[in-house]
Amino acid sequence: MGVFLLKQVFSDNVNYIQILDENGVIDESLRPKEIDDKELVEMYKKMFLARQYDAKQLSLQRQGRAVTYAPLIGEEATQIGSAMAMRPNDMFVPAFRQHGVYITRGMPLETLFIYWRGYEEGDAVPKDVRGYSNIVPVSTQMPHAVGIAYAQKYKKNDVAVISYIGDGGTSEGDFYEALNFAGVFKVPLVSIIENNQWAISVPREKQSAAPTLAQKAIAAGIRGVQVDGNDVLAVYEATREAIENAKNGPTVIECITYRLSIHTTADDPTKYRTDSEVEAWKQRDPLLRVKKYLMAKQLWGEDLEQKAASENAKLLDEAVEKAEQFKPDPKTMFTNVYSYMPRVLQDELDAAEDNNYWQGE
Amino acid sequence: MQANMVTAINNALELGMRENEDVILLGEDIAKDGGVFRVTEGLLDKFGEERVIDTPLAESGIIGTSIGMAIAGLHPVPEIQFAGFMFLSFSQLVNHAARYRSRSRSNYPVPMVVRTPVSGGVKTLEHHSESPEVYYSHMGGLIVVEPSNPYDAKGLMLKALHMQDPVIFLEPTKLYRLTKLDIPEDSYEVPIGKANIIGTGDDLSVITYGTMVPIAKSVIEKRKLNADIIDLRTINPFDEEAILESARKTGRVVILHEASLTFGPGAEIAARIAEKAVFDLKAPIVRVASNSLPYPFPGYEKYHIPNELKLSQAIDRVLTA
Ligand SMILES: Cc1ncc(C[n+]2csc(CCOP(=O)(O)OP(=O)(O)O)c2C)c(N)n1
Ligand SMILES: [Mg+2]
Repeated sequence: MGVFLLKQVFSDNVNYIQILDENGVIDESLRPKEIDDKELVEMYKKMFLARQYDAKQLSLQRQGRAVTYAPLIGEEATQIGSAMAMRPNDMFVPAFRQHGVYITRGMPLETLFIYWRGYEEGDAVPKDVRGYSNIVPVSTQMPHAVGIAYAQKYKKNDVAVISYIGDGGTSEGDFYEALNFAGVFKVPLVSIIENNQWAISVPREKQSAAPTLAQKAIAAGIRGVQVDGNDVLAVYEATREAIENAKNGPTVIECITYRLSIHTTADDPTKYRTDSEVEAWKQRDPLLRVKKYLMAKQLWGEDLEQKAASENAKLLDEAVEKAEQFKPDPKTMFTNVYSYMPRVLQDELDAAEDNNYWQGE
Repeated sequence: MQANMVTAINNALELGMRENEDVILLGEDIAKDGGVFRVTEGLLDKFGEERVIDTPLAESGIIGTSIGMAIAGLHPVPEIQFAGFMFLSFSQLVNHAARYRSRSRSNYPVPMVVRTPVSGGVKTLEHHSESPEVYYSHMGGLIVVEPSNPYDAKGLMLKALHMQDPVIFLEPTKLYRLTKLDIPEDSYEVPIGKANIIGTGDDLSVITYGTMVPIAKSVIEKRKLNADIIDLRTINPFDEEAILESARKTGRVVILHEASLTFGPGAEIAARIAEKAVFDLKAPIVRVASNSLPYPFPGYEKYHIPNELKLSQAIDRVLTA
């Protein structure tokens, strides 16, 4: 054994940001200056709409009018805070639970309902929404986000790309590869980790031995920060700052939030987590704290909430009605596979139509 | 005991773990939650955390770690939550599970059973309805089995646990709870590589497996035909003998599967029949399969996978030719 000369070659740390606490108190010194009280009311309304949309989808699913659904309840601040920080031209890359991001970015509600009725037409995100389709294979969207960000840089567009992934998703190889590429290429990427503490039945601490998920950024040589993901102002500010900095390179933002409900409508959480854990997180509800602040300032009240609820209900009902009028055309399965129709595929389509296969059971 | 496919596989795993303490289960949500389809329910309580492991969310990690366990003397049974996510572990399966025995000239076999739910018909989200059997059958080195009933499921699982090979064990979600059968309580094996001849008759042969077996049975029964229905059970290496024998006898062959038509398992089966029994055929072989395109979202799936009408028309074609 020789004598070791110890020299520290690296050290770093991860900061945590909270601006609006659970009691509805804002730390004014940290408050983003664009978010005055009026703007905060807008944020609240968006979160409120997202929650109401969520309840609607759940009830449709329970009535057999939608397929398996992944609720967002509890994660509104992470989704709406980050989406509201995007500039008009910024782009986003979701996983499969980011309905609040779609809504905030102007996705037609009927399109969301068509997706959850089980049709590709609901995943055909209109170009002006500036976001991409739902991605179900966990984490596989992350390298795409790097490529999309590279394209912006290459074309000299002043556009940042905001990607979303869950806590579970950060265990996949694609996540590490994406961060590593993002660091090497210095692309304008903001990677939001929506850490809702659970990946179906697997709790956060079984997902990684690392004390934070934000520190995974450090290994890739990029910036990592942790925020209170139930604090819409903290999420907003962290995202805004990361977008502003995006021309210098990527940032990872770990949002600490909580999945208040089931993983999907196919899941039974009583098998793996306690009610008391859920109850404790309900005290940290992302809507509740904004409401407390606004009520104290007399900018919100039960009357306004009633009014918002009935306006939302009308919007949602109209969207559902439109979505339920959508009639699928099986031909579109064939016409959207390639840029042209190969002869052998045309033969399969013709056979299906000529023999009425689609009328069979 | 009365068992559906879920409880039959659960029982086979329990017996296999009692017989051999090197059998270890690992995967996403398999321990505390008992698996999203409840196939591993109760096994954590019976065997403990060291043998029933909830892993982080990473398929390549699950399969790669299982391969390491296998070449170090254990007999892992990894679960991939849905077959559509097994592609994230494709490199480990193709480059290592399929080749370790061959590259080490059998010094390091890979005893392992990879369980995964397959196929559709149950209206699930994108990537939850794949029929990927050909991908794993093509390169050689992986055994691919797919039971269509609880009896075969238990026997094939126990057989797989008694072998020193990597076995891809495909479990059709549509059949998990479709039927209950009375199956033996004790350990028994169903041979790998042997088809199950369900019905016999001289009119025609229907060669199929997995989700399509109930459809074949239903159509043959409704039309009161005398047909061989051959449930392959093992897709690779498949039972060529049973296929050729039936084809020679009836001279009329329909091949039915849920995997897509183009380069599907039917292509290989039809080619073997053409090579070895073409002069015994009375009609061209007809394949019935899903469309040659990515499995659609649930709203479209009824237009994608073969139904009874499509099979019935195919039968008309081979009978009247
Ligand atoms: C590659 C892959 N493996 C497994 C699944 C099945 N699955 C769907 S969601 C999920 C958990 C995801 O957890 P997390 O990343 O924390 O996101 P959350 O669901 O909490 O939003 C799993 C295992 C999947 N969709 N993709
Ligand atoms: Mg999660």
